[in-house]
Amino acid sequence: MKPAETKKSGGFTGAAANYLDERTSISTAVKELGRKIFPDHWSFLLGEVALYSFVIILLSGSFLTFFFQASMAEVHYDGSYVPLKGVEMSVAMASSLDISFDVRGGLLMRQVHHWAALLFVASIGLHMLRIYFTGAFRKPRELNWVIGFVLFILAMAEGFTGYSLPDDLLSGNGLRIIDGMVKGIPVVGTWISFLLFGGEFPGTDIVGRLYSLHILLLPAIIVALIALHLLFVVVHKHTQYPGAGRTNNNVVGYPVLPVYAAKAGGFFFIVFGVVMLLASFFTINPIWNYGPYDPSPVSAGTQPDWYIGFADGALRLIPPGLEWVWLGHTWSFNILIPLVGLGLFIGVVLLYPFLEAWVTGDKREHHILDRPRNAPTRTAIGAAGVTFYAGLWAAASSDIIATHFKLTMEGVIHTLQAVVILGPFIAFYITKRVCLALQKKDREIVLHGYESGRIVRLPGGEYIEVHQPVDEYERWKLVSYADYKPLELTPNAQGKVSPIQRVRAGLSRWFFEDRIAPVGTKELEESHGDHH
Amino acid sequence: MASDETSGKDLTPADSSSVEHVTAAAGTAVVARDAVANPGFPPHRPRVTDLDPRAEKRAERTVYTLFYLSIVGSVFAIAAYMIFPIVPEDPGSVRLNNLFIGIGLALALLALGIGAVHWGKALMHDEEGIDERHPVRGSDETRARAVEIFQEANTESGFGRRTLIRNSLIGALVVFPLPAVVLFRGLAPQDQDPVALLKQTMWEKGTRLALDPSGSPIKASDVTLGSSFAVIPEGLQDLEHGRLEEKAKSAVILVRMKPEDLIQSPERESWSYDGIVAYSKICTHVGCPVGLYEQQTHHLLCPCHQSQFDVADHAKVIFGPAKRPLPQLPIAVDEEGYLIAQSDFLEPVGPSFWERQ
Repeated sequence: MKPAETKKSGGFTGAAANYLDERTSISTAVKELGRKIFPDHWSFLLGEVALYSFVIILLSGSFLTFFFQASMAEVHYDGSYVPLKGVEMSVAMASSLDISFDVRGGLLMRQVHHWAALLFVASIGLHMLRIYFTGAFRKPRELNWVIGFVLFILAMAEGFTGYSLPDDLLSGNGLRIIDGMVKGIPVVGTWISFLLFGGEFPGTDIVGRLYSLHILLLPAIIVALIALHLLFVVVHKHTQYPGAGRTNNNVVGYPVLPVYAAKAGGFFFIVFGVVMLLASFFTINPIWNYGPYDPSPVSAGTQPDWYIGFADGALRLIPPGLEWVWLGHTWSFNILIPLVGLGLFIGVVLLYPFLEAWVTGDKREHHILDRPRNAPTRTAIGAAGVTFYAGLWAAASSDIIATHFKLTMEGVIHTLQAVVILGPFIAFYITKRVCLALQKKDREIVLHGYESGRIVRLPGGEYIEVHQPVDEYERWKLVSYADYKPLELTPNAQGKVSPIQRVRAGLSRWFFEDRIAPVGTKELEESHGDHH
Repeated sequence: MASDETSGKDLTPADSSSVEHVTAAAGTAVVARDAVANPGFPPHRPRVTDLDPRAEKRAERTVYTLFYLSIVGSVFAIAAYMIFPIVPEDPGSVRLNNLFIGIGLALALLALGIGAVHWGKALMHDEEGIDERHPVRGSDETRARAVEIFQEANTESGFGRRTLIRNSLIGALVVFPLPAVVLFRGLAPQDQDPVALLKQTMWEKGTRLALDPSGSPIKASDVTLGSSFAVIPEGLQDLEHGRLEEKAKSAVILVRMKPEDLIQSPERESWSYDGIVAYSKICTHVGCPVGLYEQQTHHLLCPCHQSQFDVADHAKVIFGPAKRPLPQLPIAVDEEGYLIAQSDFLEPVGPSFWERQ
């Protein structure tokens, strides 16, 4: 390259760009990415909310680190908050109170940090649901699903470690629950607890240790995984919803420059602004009301942050009496069953793309999203999972539900136990039927048009409602899905059918047996003139 | 825009990328032979701002007004920082400080964001562009070259041929992180046995029961019928080290009820005093303090996971996830009338652990 020749008159901007490009080759990146097309849909914003709330967390969290002291040394509080003056507490708690009551804007940043953290986990969860219900996890995006899943787990870990840092009464009780759960793990539980807390609970180490995880290790991993996650989005190019002109081989939307720079960049500020409004008007985690951690007192109606609710709920819903002494050791199934059960649940979430790919035998790339109704079994499985999670989550507030609605504690627990066990099956059945019904409705609209609301009286006195045909672009959205058939049992080279094949065929049948075929051209022609 | 419109006609069916995928009829799409054809892109619909110059002008005004508003918000936040300082010992000032800095910042952020989005939606070029997709896998050539590179590297290094070198390298790589794992033993003190620690508390014969948090000893005569107290061992508050650790094990709840309401097994008859019983306050489920005592029913409720214990009947579990009753602290009265412990708890308190039995 001959730089002297490539330089053009462009004033200062041109000169600066040239300076930069000659040292970084940035023009290549601009050429590749500047006009890259992204499709538009509101549901694609959920992942953006997650990304932006993470940026907000980093910004507000950095501010907090300048004031927070992760020490469990005992001091007598001497800050501005009068009711706690002179009370013995850890330095961590005292510095959290100082951030809240003695640093201008400190409380605001604490609340921004906490609200953004709640939003971070929530938006990741919704983003995952969007990915799931539209089938965006299918090839080639299975690995990005795994990365996203790990990010979800890490986000919850970040949330929990951060929640524990102020060393207040509520977070200390949360840690005590973790300690109790860890101790229930066979063989190694006692020692893990001992190592985690640096001796007996609560010890003087845990806040410092969680702080290292919270501000260094976990964020570093999250940043790296987000970078990888986004890199894959660029490599795969974004999925798009079915629509006229859209195919599996193109991506239709707006370019990064200028439209997405404006819309996505602007959206960051909107998310930040909404978090700021929350932090200005709504108190979150008022540690001054709880006081410092003390193992003896506790307040009624203790609640973890929302994303820990499902685990706390699982602990509450376990039936009584599941703990035995066997072979000279204590087996705490009242802790193991929730631990293993939740492990299995999130394991299925993690592996779902691979399970579905195996059952369906589908090895093609998918860039057009499924409308949830067009994958009834998958959508129904998702609804079952959501119901299971929701039941556990509600259980974390069982006492609040009981006091608020004047119900018995026992009644609420028993009801939620039923919801968690039976609810998924009911949700599965209903969702699948609803999906099939919606597909039938789509067929109906394609073949006979939509109801126009115009009532016409025929000469014979009969009233009919006029049906209007949909235009071909609308119609395409309703007919452009693939019709799958269940896997057939075929003998292998030795003329045998392996048991695994049998299982697979069975699952495939379960997956695809009930289905509504998309309207074809023949049917469409036959239905013409049928619109009235 | 970004590419020509030709790809709109490119109506290959959804499974076009599965060229190599011949074997499995398994679950692949049953593409109906008479599938409806993709109609191609619908005609572009211009926006109001494309058609009406006044609307365009209005949108422009909205956008720059919002950006100016954002500047106002930022300046307001800075002003609020100074106008609403935190006055020591005045919580109201904290609220105003929080509220007004926050409102300023929220205005700055929201106006900026909404302005930018509105600019993008109402004024920027609105026709959608099209990018072509290609299969994610590398081309056959690229893949062949990649394989070749690995083969060359293998030949040139002898990685596959010199098996002793390879295997010893793998061995070294597997073993080298182990010292780091061992170092983590230092997370907990070397000279303590967790099991022994978990099996004992600060209570011993003659320790007086003291009020939490004041630490003043309790006379049996001060415990009125139906009342309950949070109790700690006397001297706990004076501990230099390990105060919270000891409290986490030795916290006790003291309850007095009518002796005739109390169901007592023969071996525990001497553990109470005139209807006064003392039980560990640490839940046997996962260790929350069992704080809520219901006088009428003699039930203790753990607020964390709703285990309920019947104080009248050995603190047995009557509901919830806990299995074991709360351990009972045997108590008596000394010559001055103060409540004392007869001994430590006779079993470990708190949540279960593997070596408990």
